[in-house]
Amino acid sequence: MLNYIWPILILISFIYAIFSGNIQNLNSSIFESLESVITLSMTLVGTMCLWCGLMEIVKNTSLMKKLIKILRPILNWLFPESKNNEEAMKNISMNTISNILGLGNASTPAGIKAMESLQKENTNKQRLSNSMLMLIILNTTSIELIPTTVIAIRTSLNAQNPTDIIIPIWISTIIGTLVGIISTKVLIKRSQK
Amino acid sequence: MIYISAMIIPTIISIILFVGLKEKKNVYDLFVDGAKDGIKVALKLFPTLIGIFLAIYMFRSSGLIDFICNIISNITKIFKIPSEILPLAIIKPISGSGSMAIATEIMAHFGVDSNIGKIAATIMGSSETTFYVIALYMSSVKIKDGRKVVIPALLADLASIMSAILFFNLKN
Repeated sequence: MLNYIWPILILISFIYAIFSGNIQNLNSSIFESLESVITLSMTLVGTMCLWCGLMEIVKNTSLMKKLIKILRPILNWLFPESKNNEEAMKNISMNTISNILGLGNASTPAGIKAMESLQKENTNKQRLSNSMLMLIILNTTSIELIPTTVIAIRTSLNAQNPTDIIIPIWISTIIGTLVGIISTKVLIKRSQK
Repeated sequence: MIYISAMIIPTIISIILFVGLKEKKNVYDLFVDGAKDGIKVALKLFPTLIGIFLAIYMFRSSGLIDFICNIISNITKIFKIPSEILPLAIIKPISGSGSMAIATEIMAHFGVDSNIGKIAATIMGSSETTFYVIALYMSSVKIKDGRKVVIPALLADLASIMSAILFFNLKN
């Protein structure tokens, strides 16, 4: 997709600049853009390292296990067909917790493993099962407790308080997730008729 | 409100370190080890940032963006959607690093503490790259029939984008 949008954007900008007399601005903006990426990236590295370091500690403590326990009843409700499939539920919990904690590199492997164990109990191997639908939706809406990358970017742009978007993010991610869950449940109900 | 959000990060850091100490982990070694991954994440984002920033800067400086925003804003005004957010809302479900770069550019251009900048940040933090996740998960088990999973996924995206916009519109 971006293979089309990206070049077209640049080409039409060039053409428009010729006709609107903005060619000087256009030319200098090319080099300004590179400069701002450099300054941005320097601070970004710092904040990303901080969070990856902290999350490595979380991975090695019992915090994960405790969170999984709290989450289990909710997951049982979301995955009624698979709640007795221990292997799948273990990976689903791991995947959800990693999403919540913003551990991107831990959530995807767990999610894929969960898909594989759900495929084993799937009656039609060509078609997503109900549990798979729910798992995919949980991962697209992805509740994230600490939006690390966004905080990192806000820090690098010298925001007054880089973390003050956390609460609006929580609100909109929860609304998004609820809409996702409800519409998936409706989709499942309708396709069973 | 400001006080609470200023508390969140220090509290989380303290809880993590406290539990680590209590369970007698080598907290510092773990921290340093994990921090290495941060470089990888930032490095992975770098080329995309260059590409997107280049395109958006040219798009802006040519004056074309004002021309298009003027046309679209007549429609988006009805729903009180700031037209500056539209490019982000469109790219968000398609490309993760692409939309991250667009959001960053919006924050840099309109001010990181402006309403537009905060809406962009909220949209970025509130969901994953929908089409990427769907493609990845379906191909991992080689399933082709997706049972219209795209519909609830996009509905969820729309809901979280709208609530991000609404939150900051209501605040003012």
